[in-house]
Amino acid sequence: MSPKDMAINGDSAVAFAWKQIDPDVCAAYPITPQTIIVERFSDYVADGEVHTEFVCVESEHSALTVCTASQSAGARTFTATASQGLAYMWEMLPITSAMRTPLIMAVANRAVSGPININNDHGDVMAARDCGWISLFSENVQEAYDMSIIAPRIAEHWDVQLPCLVNLDGFILTHAIERISPLETHTVKEFVGEYKARYPLLDHRNPVSHGLMDGPDFYYQHKYQLVEAMAKAAQVAEEVFKEFAEISGREYHSVERYLCDDAEYIAIVLGSSFGTAKAAVDKLRAEGVKAGCAMPRVYRPFPEKMLAELMKGKKGVAVMDKHLSIGAYGPLYPEMIAAALDLEVIPGMYNYIYGLGGVDVTVDHIKSIFEDMVEGRSEKVNFLGVKL
Amino acid sequence: MSTMSLKDLNKLPVRLTSGHRLCAGCAESIIARQILMGTEHPVAVSSSTGCFEVSTTIFPYTSWNTPWIHTAFGNGAATCAGVEAAYQSLKRQGKITEEMRFVNFAGDGATYDIGLQALSGAMERGHHMMFVCLNNEAYMNTGIQRSGATGTGASTTTSPAGAISPGKKEFPKDMTLVMAAHNIPFAAQVSPHNWRDLISKANKGFECGGPSFINAISPCPRGWRFPSEQTVAIAKLAVECCVWPLYEVEHGTEFTLTAESKRIADGKAEKRPVTDWFDAQGRYKHLRQEKWEPFVESIQEEVDRRWDRLQKLCSL
Repeated sequence: MSPKDMAINGDSAVAFAWKQIDPDVCAAYPITPQTIIVERFSDYVADGEVHTEFVCVESEHSALTVCTASQSAGARTFTATASQGLAYMWEMLPITSAMRTPLIMAVANRAVSGPININNDHGDVMAARDCGWISLFSENVQEAYDMSIIAPRIAEHWDVQLPCLVNLDGFILTHAIERISPLETHTVKEFVGEYKARYPLLDHRNPVSHGLMDGPDFYYQHKYQLVEAMAKAAQVAEEVFKEFAEISGREYHSVERYLCDDAEYIAIVLGSSFGTAKAAVDKLRAEGVKAGCAMPRVYRPFPEKMLAELMKGKKGVAVMDKHLSIGAYGPLYPEMIAAALDLEVIPGMYNYIYGLGGVDVTVDHIKSIFEDMVEGRSEKVNFLGVKL
Repeated sequence: MSTMSLKDLNKLPVRLTSGHRLCAGCAESIIARQILMGTEHPVAVSSSTGCFEVSTTIFPYTSWNTPWIHTAFGNGAATCAGVEAAYQSLKRQGKITEEMRFVNFAGDGATYDIGLQALSGAMERGHHMMFVCLNNEAYMNTGIQRSGATGTGASTTTSPAGAISPGKKEFPKDMTLVMAAHNIPFAAQVSPHNWRDLISKANKGFECGGPSFINAISPCPRGWRFPSEQTVAIAKLAVECCVWPLYEVEHGTEFTLTAESKRIADGKAEKRPVTDWFDAQGRYKHLRQEKWEPFVESIQEEVDRRWDRLQKLCSL
C-alpha cells in the first residue's frame, strides 16, 4: 500500500527524504532559504526518529569539513546549504570530491552577494560546477524529494564515489507547499541500502591515510580519475533512474524533454523554470509554433551527447541561464555550443540571462523568447526582463 | 595509563614511523610521538595543512601507521570533529564496539589564526577529541612569516627587523588561556624536553571524556636560527625563561603549574632572563643592538606580567 500524499514545502520534503534514509551523520549551518531542511531534520533527531549524529557547526566551512571527514570515516552523511554558505564552503568542494567522499548536499539555490539578495537564481551552484560534484536539478517539490533518494545511489556506487548536489530553487520550491507522493520508509531504505565505505578511516586495523599531498604527476592523474568517475556516474544515473521508476512509477532522465521531437525551436532551462517553460510551450503550440523545452536534470556529468541529439535539426535553441559570468555569457550557453559542435548543422544558439536575484519569470516571458527566435530578433546574449 | 617508564612506553605501537621528511632538528615529530604515547587505545589522527602534514604524507608515501586524514588549513578541528561524529554515530548504532581516541595536529597558524573559528566551535560542541598545537611560532611551511603566535621581537619574513623596526612588535595571543576560557575539561602547555610531563598531559587530554587542547612549543631550527642539535635544549630554555610556562587547566578553573615551572614558582629553580632566550636564537639577534634596549625591557615586563598572572591563577 502506498503512503498518503502529503502537502509539504520543498525544504521539508528534502528533510523527510533524509529522515527515511536515516543517515549516520548530518552537519549543517543555518542559511536562508535552506534553513527549514535542518530545522525539520533537527526535530527528527530531537524526537529520536533517526540514528543521526547531528553536528550543529559554527560555519558552512566546518559543515562541509565535518561531512567530508565523517563520510571518509565510514558514515553516510548529508548536509544542506545555499548562496553564501556554498561560497564559504568553496575551498572544501574540490577537496570533498578529490577525497572521493560520496556525501550528499541539498542546495536551496539562491543569488550570491553582492548586493546581498536572498532570492532564487543559480549563482551559488554555478560557482560550484567545476569542483567535481555530481549535480542534479529538480523542477518541483516531488522531484526534490525523489532526487534526495536517488542521489546517494549514484554517489555511493563503488565505481563513482563522488559527492552530489541536489538543487532546488530557493523559495520557488523550498518554501512552496505542493502535493507529493512519498514512498514508504522501508521502500526508501531498501532502495538506498546500507552504506559501505571503500576505505573507512575508522577501520584502524587497516590504517589508511586520506587527503595526501600530490606532486604534478599524481595531481593530474588523480584529477583524471575524477573524469572517469564522472563518466561512470552518467551511466549509473540512468540505471538508478530506471530502478527508481520501478519502485515509484516516476520516470526520470538525464535530460528531460518536453515536446522536443518535432520542435523547430527549443529552450533549455534548469530547475523550476522547466515547469514555466512547459506552460509557455503549450501556449505556443496552440498558436501553431513548433516549440519544445528541455532540462539537463543531470547537470554534472554534463549529458552533452543527449543534448546534441536534442538540438539536431532545430532552427533555434534558447539557452536560459539564471547566472552570468560577467564579461562573457551564462555558464550553460558555451557548454551547449560545445555540445552542438557534434552536429553537422549547428542551430541558431541564443543565450537568455533571466531571473537574477529572484526577478519573476512568467509564462509570457518565456513565450517572448520563442517569439524572438521565430522573428529573428534574438541577440547572441539577451538580458530578459532587465530594466534599463 | 598505569605506568610511565621508558621501557613500557617503548612497547606502545609506533603510530608515526621514521622516514618522514621533516627538517633535521624539527621538534614536531618528537612532540607527536610523545602525544601518541598518551593513550593505549586506537587513535585516528587528523592534521591541519602545514609542515607536519606535508612532511608525513607526500603521495604515494605515508608515515602514518594509524588512520590519518587531512582536508585543509583552517579546519583541522572540524576534520577531527567529523571523524569523531562518525565514530559516535556508528558506536551508538553498534557498528563499532571498540574505544577510540581522536587527535588533530596543527601548526600555530592553523590554531591561533586561520584555524581559530573551527577550533573554538569544536571545543564548544564538546567533541571527544584532542587538539594539539605544534607551536613553532610562525608560518614555517611557507617560509617563516609572522603569526599570532610569533614572539615579540622575532624577525620573520613579514615582520623583518630593520633600521626602524625591531621585528614583530606585538605580543602573541595567550592561546592556552583562550582555550581554557572555553571551560573544556583539559587544556595544557607542554614542551618536548620534558617527555614525562608531556605524555602525562597527553594522557589526561585523551582520557578527559571531552574536548582537550594541548599547546606544545616546537623549536624550529630554520625559522628560529639555531643549530639543529639544540632543539630540545631550546625548548627547555623557553620554560626556564618563563616565556613558555608548563601548566594545565581543568574545566577552565583548576590551574596547576607543573614540572620546571612549578619549581621556579616555588623558588627551587632560577627564573632566567628573557635575554638568555633571545641570545640563543638568530631570529632575535638584532635585539642586542643598543637602540632596542628599551624594547627588550618592555618584553621582559610583559613576560613577567603574564608569569605573575599565571602564578595567581594557579594559587586560586
